[in-house]
Amino acid sequence: MKLHELTIHGALDLLQRREISATELTQAILDRIVAVDNDTKAYLTLTPEAACEEARTADELRAAGTAGALLGIPLALKDNICQIGLPTTCGSRILESFVPPYDATVVTRLHVAGAVFLGKTNLDEFAMGSSTENSAFFTTRNPWDLTRVPGGSSGGSAAALSANETLGALGSDTGGSVRQPASLCGVVGLKPTCGRVSRYGLVAFASSLDQIGPMGKDVTDCALLLSVIAGHDPRDSTSLDTPVPDYTRALRPELEALRVGVPREYFGAGTQPGVEMALRKAIQVLADLGAEIGETSLPHTEYALPVYYLLAPAEASANLARYDGVKYGYSAPDAPDVWEAYRRTRQHGFGAEVKRRIMLGTYALSAGYYDAYYLKAQKVRTLIKQDFYQAFQEFDVLVGPTAPTVAFKIGEKAQDPLQMYLSDVFTIPQNLAGICALSLPCGFADGLPVGLQISGPVLGEELVLRVAYAYEQATEWHSQNPIIKKEH
Amino acid sequence: MILTREQVEHVAELAKLGLTEEEIETYRRQLSAILEYAAILERLDTDAIPPTATVLPLRNVMREDEPGPSLQQAEALANAPSVREGHFQVKAILQ
Repeated sequence: MKLHELTIHGALDLLQRREISATELTQAILDRIVAVDNDTKAYLTLTPEAACEEARTADELRAAGTAGALLGIPLALKDNICQIGLPTTCGSRILESFVPPYDATVVTRLHVAGAVFLGKTNLDEFAMGSSTENSAFFTTRNPWDLTRVPGGSSGGSAAALSANETLGALGSDTGGSVRQPASLCGVVGLKPTCGRVSRYGLVAFASSLDQIGPMGKDVTDCALLLSVIAGHDPRDSTSLDTPVPDYTRALRPELEALRVGVPREYFGAGTQPGVEMALRKAIQVLADLGAEIGETSLPHTEYALPVYYLLAPAEASANLARYDGVKYGYSAPDAPDVWEAYRRTRQHGFGAEVKRRIMLGTYALSAGYYDAYYLKAQKVRTLIKQDFYQAFQEFDVLVGPTAPTVAFKIGEKAQDPLQMYLSDVFTIPQNLAGICALSLPCGFADGLPVGLQISGPVLGEELVLRVAYAYEQATEWHSQNPIIKKEH
Repeated sequence: MILTREQVEHVAELAKLGLTEEEIETYRRQLSAILEYAAILERLDTDAIPPTATVLPLRNVMREDEPGPSLQQAEALANAPSVREGHFQVKAILQ
């Protein structure tokens, strides 16, 4: 087994038995990045010297008997998560030179656990997008087919994992941005319950929807990462003060009588036939493992997308008002007055999708339109939330496809914003309801990965991880790696 | 189209976003299409439904008013494009 193909738990095992060192492990990943990142373009910033230094320190600590849940494990972070002393660009020109003076809480927790930081991964600008094509710098490529998108907005993290350019990664999920790229790249991604993971140091997009999520090559790795990053944070007043279990202890290979609901709205027109077929087979595997499968309904599913595309841009228009060239970031030179300075800074600093959403949000919140758009969307959000709460009276978890299609070609949806938004039709509802959901590989269609999404109730991560693990252990999808075909 | 040119210009001004002529037209088209799609929400009777502003059960999270470590001035100014005597420098607001 090549070192870069290891999982986090596999590497920890070898590290603990002194069969490999953190130094050689990190070096192997860095070599792998050099070998394939020109093709995948997953990383925006790499920190090889610091990573080697951290790996050396991890080896010394381990030799001295110090424990750490992730001691010596190399990880990648989506570039909207602040890390001291490194550019955190959010994939935007307006923050191209921004160097945070503080670490996000999740970074501090990973650091305390002994992790090694490889660098920052590419994303759609300010996490707005479903393909990573909205990055101001370049588009990341799907390792399964370099002419296709990795999904978004955490496309860099997903691609890096899929191509074995990291052992684990963090992404952020506002409307599916951890789960959808995980699905398109054939890896595992979890959106925790709202408030489970601190948002301190996550550059805000939509505060009532954003969550940092762990991404891994398998369910065990995701559970490990979640155990480290989750928890109350006095610096995030929206973080829940609930104890964090060891999520890996929830993982069991059987599903004795767990009730699995299949919402009928998640199947049908708009879903690629190959995706639907893979899902039906996956549901059969769950049944064979002992789960009780039943059909259910989330009747307001079709309203989730329009609700999201009013609420998320509205919140974004407020969160992105701070980018004015005064305290940090790009600042337009030679403007005649302060207002023109703001206009030009934001005109040249933001990309098209970000501007589109800021305007949509500003309109929805503006006098005369607030009731018809923003308030209306908030009321429908209540209905969407109630759909889930009702379904969870009858079922432990709900399953369906993560995305309606497999990875699409670069450029295919970039011209039509609405077409792009439809990629998130199955992942948006969980953010609106604040519940947890995970995507893991469940097969292929046309040679490209298909993701199974498992949704659980508020603070139901153990249930969701358990169902995911049982399914994973009964199948072979998680051990398949793409062969990176170089473009020549 | 739902949006007029004037509305797009007004919204851009509220958001302090400079736009070119071409952009005003493009965004007018795209935003109108998105808002038309969002009109589907009108099908639902939500008169008796309370709005959800936050999905969290938390309200009024407070802490003791005790000072603690925070960003030092130099750190806070480190990314600023224009600094003067420990302040963020901006263009004149008042004439």
